[in-house]
Amino acid sequence: MHNEQLAILKELMEVGFCTIEMALFLDTHPSDERGVGLHNSYAARYKELSETYNMKYGPLTSNDLSKCPWEFINGPWPWEIEYINCCI
Amino acid sequence: MWIYEKKLEYPVRVDTCDPALAALILEQFGGPDGELSAGIRYLSQRWTMPTDQAKGILTDIGTEELAHWEIIGTLVWRLVKDAPIDKIKGTPFAAHFANHGRSPFPHDAAGVPWTAAFINSKDDPVTDLTEDMAAEQKARTTYEHLIKLSDDPGVIDTLRFLREREVVHFQRFGETLRIVEDFQNTKKFY
Ligand SMILES: [Fe+2]
Repeated sequence: MHNEQLAILKELMEVGFCTIEMALFLDTHPSDERGVGLHNSYAARYKELSETYNMKYGPLTSNDLSKCPWEFINGPWPWEIEYINCCI
Repeated sequence: MWIYEKKLEYPVRVDTCDPALAALILEQFGGPDGELSAGIRYLSQRWTMPTDQAKGILTDIGTEELAHWEIIGTLVWRLVKDAPIDKIKGTPFAAHFANHGRSPFPHDAAGVPWTAAFINSKDDPVTDLTEDMAAEQKARTTYEHLIKLSDDPGVIDTLRFLREREVVHFQRFGETLRIVEDFQNTKKFY
């Protein structure tokens, strides 16, 4: 995987983790306004990044847009990626 | 429903080829306090939860556990994928290799296959959430044991991340238990 693709993917993983963590917090603190605000800012950034990734490198999920031939199956798959090659 | 995202929850790094360590890490792939047990336990308990917070937390933590299961499988695979057969012979991983080759398979570090007998779902939210809190502590302890047994800095880094998640999950289940108990107490006075 090229450095630029890996850099976007790693940022996506980072922001995606933040949304997971905020979701767990909000499940038990649903009225925490600051928490919801923080979650929404991570969610907006995640949407932005995943659209960029999808356009440049293909689908992250099977309900993303794909060129022909079907790009969802293109490797490397998550367990095959060398995450340390990246310069960030 | 679920949908697969083509990414890991954490950027797994493995620095060495170490089949013996892979055999130990399998504890969390198919052992009683492993990630598969956690995921299936929490997702099975959702139907009888009385509050929306409890349904939400079991759904989200249960889903995260499946992502952890994928991380564990990745650790095991990376530790053995380039191992020549001579580096497998004579290690604890050889017994696994006899049946499964280099493929991860859900059994514990001693080879006991995963079974639903590891988990429960009792149709009692206080009982279930109390089990879940204990399960998170047991998983944290297991990660601490595995960190002590590991010499691979990349593997240790990922195990530390997973250990930390158990601490967060324990905290959230504790909050959920309080919410459910409050709900049950207010219901008694209706
Ligand atoms: Fe957990």
